[in-house]
Order: sequence, then structure tokens, then C-alpha cells
Amino acid sequence: MAKRSIVPFGPQHPVLPEPVHLDLVLEDETVVGAIPSIGFIHRGLEKLVEKRDFKQYVYIAERVCGICSCGHGMGYCESVEHVMGIEVPKRAKYLRTIWMEMSRVHSHLLWLGLLADAMGFESLFMESWKLREKILDMFDATTGGRVIFSVNCVGGVLKDMDSAMLAAIARTVDDMEADMTPLFQTFLKDYTVQSRLKGLGVLPRDQAILQGAVGPMLRASGEEYDVRMLGYAAYSDLDVAPVTATAGDSYARCEVRLKEILQSFRLIREAIGKIPGGDISVPVKGNPNGEYFMRIEQPRGEAIYYVKANGTKNLDRFRLRTPTTSNIPPMVELLKGCQLADVPLIILTIDPCISCTER
Amino acid sequence: MGKLSKSPWLLHYDASSCNGCDIEVLDCLTPRYDVERFGVINTGDPFQADILLITGGVNSQTAPVVKQLYSQMPEPKVVLAVGICACTGGVFKECYNIRGGIDTVIPVDIYVPGCAARPEAIIDGVVKAVKLLDEKKEKIRAQKGREEQPGGTYGSEK
Repeated sequence: MAKRSIVPFGPQHPVLPEPVHLDLVLEDETVVGAIPSIGFIHRGLEKLVEKRDFKQYVYIAERVCGICSCGHGMGYCESVEHVMGIEVPKRAKYLRTIWMEMSRVHSHLLWLGLLADAMGFESLFMESWKLREKILDMFDATTGGRVIFSVNCVGGVLKDMDSAMLAAIARTVDDMEADMTPLFQTFLKDYTVQSRLKGLGVLPRDQAILQGAVGPMLRASGEEYDVRMLGYAAYSDLDVAPVTATAGDSYARCEVRLKEILQSFRLIREAIGKIPGGDISVPVKGNPNGEYFMRIEQPRGEAIYYVKANGTKNLDRFRLRTPTTSNIPPMVELLKGCQLADVPLIILTIDPCISCTER
Repeated sequence: MGKLSKSPWLLHYDASSCNGCDIEVLDCLTPRYDVERFGVINTGDPFQADILLITGGVNSQTAPVVKQLYSQMPEPKVVLAVGICACTGGVFKECYNIRGGIDTVIPVDIYVPGCAARPEAIIDGVVKAVKLLDEKKEKIRAQKGREEQPGGTYGSEK
């Protein structure tokens, strides 16, 4: 047997934009075990519900993570609205859906860029991020923020889009879809990308379910599971079908995310076509009392929000389980048996969002 | 902006930020903003970095890492706090695990506020940092009273 050694990976590592630490147990070049230790970005946001009232806390919820910001704000607001029995105007639900789907496109393009960067494919990284700027411009035009744009509030949304803006978004989406074609071709057909990703980090379907994988990670293993089908926000009116692949390897995860971008484009167009008129928010009176548990589909997978209120302006408890938390156990399994050089790529394919995970 | 005297290399570290500023920092390196045209490279190695760019309020677990990264960088060095959390603690200031701004752990030269800080602001901060880097270099040169060797490095000896 080869001699065992432990190589520390992170917290400050070129491939990771965020700090996460892994102790990699190696036999020669092969990883036989990985021990994750997290907590570098723990801030204690859940505890902050005791200091902020339930309307102010929306801004904290949106800052759980800068990439999934819109989704966290929406998940929190919808939970509180359910507790208080508020019926949100239909238009607000559609606007939330449009922003949410735009966030998904931005998040997936960001991930594709990071994946290309981890492979050493620098021009592909630049291409992905160049495309992403168009979505950020739309955020900027509609809300005034580029990454954290605080549009959700308890009772609806804060900003409306007029018909010219909606038409501009539809046009941008069409443009982007045309621009996506070469990117799509490169990610799915390029020889280098294929040889780097195919067969790397295979997660079979039964293992994915057993280990509790969520989101694109689970769908890449062939399981049709997408929380958007539950029909929160305006998804009940839209045609959402899970995008799946069967291979379960890194290439399949890349393929699922690419196809989800196209699906999001379709959903944005559909939502713009169906959006009704009317108010964008309703006035909120009184304090919440009761509890509610809801799930939404973040770009990285299923996120769970739990809200418990006691009739005062401060909530008793806000609990958030993020997709990366569920995806870390399957990631640790995937790392066993891989080569040391493949570790950064495998970690990236789960699309880790550490600041969500640790809050 | 005048001629840059040096191609500054950045070291980016996320000290418990929400990611918003981090993706904007990365955004600066991509085609829209492209700071590489000024010679700025995002390096992963503290031993080769001139500018330490930190996002997020420091917590108890990242504080030693921040200190270590700072001590590993050669003189002269400039610390850039990006985002309101890195400046003062921001919305997370009252969290039990947040110490406040980066300046509670290491000395900070330039503060770039914003939530999330916009790429324009970050680039402005980096350009200011380059100027400060030159001033610090002059100071070291005056102290040592000798000319800079071509291609030589400062601060290899303490």
C-alpha cells in the first residue's frame, strides 16, 4: 500500500472564490478521503431576526448570498406572506418569477465561466462572463443594482417594469439566446472540454438520492426533481419541466446547467407574454403569528425556508437550508478515488455556494 | 490616469463576505471592465501580490487567515477593503460572529464602499492603491538610501 499523506486544500485557493477547507487524504496521487471543514463565512444571520423586524430582515435575507440574492429574498418574503395570510398581487408574482429566472441565467453563466477557468480554458471563461453582463445590465436597468438588487418586500415587490422595459428584456433574451449558440457548441462539442469532463466524478442515480443531492446535481443523475413544479410565485401558470441528463458525470452536470439557461429564457418570455396588470404590492398591517415551511428552487437546487413568528415584530426563528449544504455529502463521496488534479474541478461541478451554506 | 509605474498583482480573499462583492471583483477581470489592460492580474499567491483586496467583515475563523496572508505579502503592500462590510461591518455589524471592518485585524489603506461595490468603484480603488504603492515604495527607497535594482524586489529582507 502506498504511503498515506494529507494535503490541505484551501481556505485561500486560486480556484475558489470563497474559502472552504478540505483535508485530502492521499495515497500517492489518488484521493482516498476528504474531510471538509466549513465555517469560514459564518456570520450568524439567522440569529439576526431577533434584532431586525420582519420587514427589515428582507434585506438581510437577500445578503445571505450575493449570487442567489433574489431567491433568498423571495423565499423569505413568501414564507412570511403565508404566515400572515397575505395574497400577493399576480403581477408581483410574475415580476418575482422574471427576476428569479434572470438570476438563474446569471448564476449558471457565472458557474460556466468558473468551470472553464478551472479547466484552464481562459477564453471560454471570458466569453461566459461577457454574456452574463447583458443580464446584469437588465438588473441595473430594472432595479438599479447589479448583483444585490433588493426588489422583494413582504407583500409584493418594490419596483415595477413598464411594457417598454418588458419588451427590452424579451429582446435581450432573444439576443442572448443567439449569442449562446457558440458557447453551447463549445461546452458540449469541444474535444478539450469533453476529455476533461466526461467520466469525471460519476454520481449514479441511486447514490444521488441516497446522499441527498439536489438541483442540477441530482437532475444530471437522471432524477426528475425540480421544486419549481410545486408552483410557487408564478410557476404554476408556466410550463416547467425538469431538465435532466443520465450520465451523472461532470459533463452531464454542465449539460443540465446549459439547458436550464435555455429553459429560463423560455420561461422569461412566457412570463412576459402572460404578465397581468394591476398593483405590485399590497399594504402589510400587523405582525405575523404562526409558522410556515416552504421550498423554492434556487439556481443550485432546492432551498428550504422555515419561519416561526410569535405575534411581535421580531420573528422567533428563521431557518434556511441551502442547496450546497445538501450537495456537500455527495461531493465528498465523489472525491474518493479521484486524482488530486481533478479535485478543484469536481468541487466546482457541485457549484458550491459557501456563503449560503454557512450564513 | 497617468502612466502606471508597475503592474500591480492582486490577491483576493473573501473574509466572510456574501459573495456579491467577490463576483464584482472577478467581474473587473472580465471583458466588460478588463483591468488586465492596466497590467492587473488576480494572483492566488500572497508572496507575489502587491495589493490585498479583502471583502466582507472579518469573523473569528477568517481573522487568522487574513493576518497570515497580510504577513506573507512582501513590502510595499496596500490593503484594499472592498464593500461596506469590509469597511465597517455593514448590515452584518450586529451579528455575533462579525468583528466589524477589516481594520479591526490589519491596517487598511483604501476603503471602497458599496453593497455590492460596483466594478467602477473597485477599479477606482485599485488605481488609488497603485498610486499609494508608488508612494510607499519611495518611502522605503528613501529609508534604505539606495537605488532600486532593475527587476529587484523590495522587502525580501525585513
